[in-house]
Amino acid sequence: MAKKEYSFYPGCSSQKAASASNYQTSVASMCDELDIQLNEIPDWNCCSASIGFAGGGELPRLALSARNMALSEQAHPDQDIVATCAACWLATKETQERLHGDDALMEETNQALAEGGLKVKANQNVRHMVEVLIEDFGYDELGKHVTRPLEGIKIAGYVGCQTNRPFGIDGESFENPKYLDKLVETMGADPINNYDKKVSCCGGALAFSEPEKSQALIKDIIESAYDGGADMIVTPCPVCQLNVEAYQDHINAKYNTKFNMPVVYYSTLMSVAYGKDAKQAGLDGQIIKAKQLEEIAGK
Amino acid sequence: MSNLNTEMVEKYRNNFLQEVTANVEEGEWVKMCMQCGVCSGSCPLGPYWDHPPQELFMMIRAGKREEVLTSSSMWMCTSCYNCVARCPRGLPITHIMHGLAHYADRLGIAPKGQQTRKFANLFWDNLTKTGRVNELRLGISLYFMNGFAAGVKKALSMAGMGMGMMKTKRLSPMEYFGGHSIKDKKGLQAILKKAKEIELAKEQKF
Repeated sequence: MAKKEYSFYPGCSSQKAASASNYQTSVASMCDELDIQLNEIPDWNCCSASIGFAGGGELPRLALSARNMALSEQAHPDQDIVATCAACWLATKETQERLHGDDALMEETNQALAEGGLKVKANQNVRHMVEVLIEDFGYDELGKHVTRPLEGIKIAGYVGCQTNRPFGIDGESFENPKYLDKLVETMGADPINNYDKKVSCCGGALAFSEPEKSQALIKDIIESAYDGGADMIVTPCPVCQLNVEAYQDHINAKYNTKFNMPVVYYSTLMSVAYGKDAKQAGLDGQIIKAKQLEEIAGK
Repeated sequence: MSNLNTEMVEKYRNNFLQEVTANVEEGEWVKMCMQCGVCSGSCPLGPYWDHPPQELFMMIRAGKREEVLTSSSMWMCTSCYNCVARCPRGLPITHIMHGLAHYADRLGIAPKGQQTRKFANLFWDNLTKTGRVNELRLGISLYFMNGFAAGVKKALSMAGMGMGMMKTKRLSPMEYFGGHSIKDKKGLQAILKKAKEIELAKEQKF
């Protein structure tokens, strides 16, 4: 297959020494194997995720994503915009939808952008990385690159919220999307069935402001993975990954549980299955070590 | 009571629905709610809302202005979009909740100690300063948002997690000194300033 190029919006959490820098490491390795070239949008800014709303009104928040789209149009006009972060993808895609659904809003947004010397048409497709994998490659093609199948590892596919709702991936159901399970299977691992917290919320940004309430949600997400016999959890979202991995000590202390469940990205699994070493797969970024993956990566 | 709040009370006397339609993000959808309650039943933090979304919609129509805007309810929204995906009438409920929260914050009548209100404001200030989120500074300001003593206690309770993040190179103490930023900060801030101006001017016209 010929090289595929995309206009890449990495987002704040994927930067060097940020909370999902390990995600970015594994995405780079995965893309290297699949001959994907990610062209970073020059000088991209934060999308304000879903928590900027107290200080930022509707138009200022839309302007943030519009600025990114304007910069992308200038730098890579013929490429689709691709985001790896759920919130980045959602904010950008929502902005595009709103601007095209309301001429007045498009005009106001452009009035604001003009202050920074920019103009937006918002015509580029806005896609999540997993859409690129499923639609531009497909499971069969993705499977062909596997050199070290993840045999015998049982994995709970935690889809979470924002890569699922409101837009969904590949036309799948919001209540029981299968794409993550199919990716797990394609990499040679065993997806667990009936993972009933698959699309439940981890609290998102409220894990910071409402820690007790959010940790109760996170506890259920992990417990349900154990109930299904999972060895680890896989997710496509940086916030899901952080919340579900990093608070396990707190949850254990509060609920007297003994959770020690690794939480990885789909790109972590793919990098290992594609023969990359532990560092390239971002495994050194695990707070809770994914030992089974380390073993395979070390072979 | 803030001046803006007094001004709005006088302008929209007894018609809170009209005020919400005019001033709240996606507020024109509120009248479409048919009170089925699917949103309330679908919310991950449902039990913690004083008034779940469906109830807020009815209260808006009933003119319960103060009860709605001073409520902590809409600050419980985690932006999971479950209600949006399930609403039989297609209301953008998540956005309406963000819109109500923002409006209450701007009027100065949102509950003072509300933790998500504080955090959401910190997040916005953090990102607009340099164009990108500085996770270390955001974390520190989060710990100390309820005062110094509470901050020290919180920081200590989070020390284990912080060390885990640093050991795995997912958090850097160097971020405290500058850190990630866009190049055209001036341009971005000019864009945001203009966007805010346009939004406020539009509100005046209603």
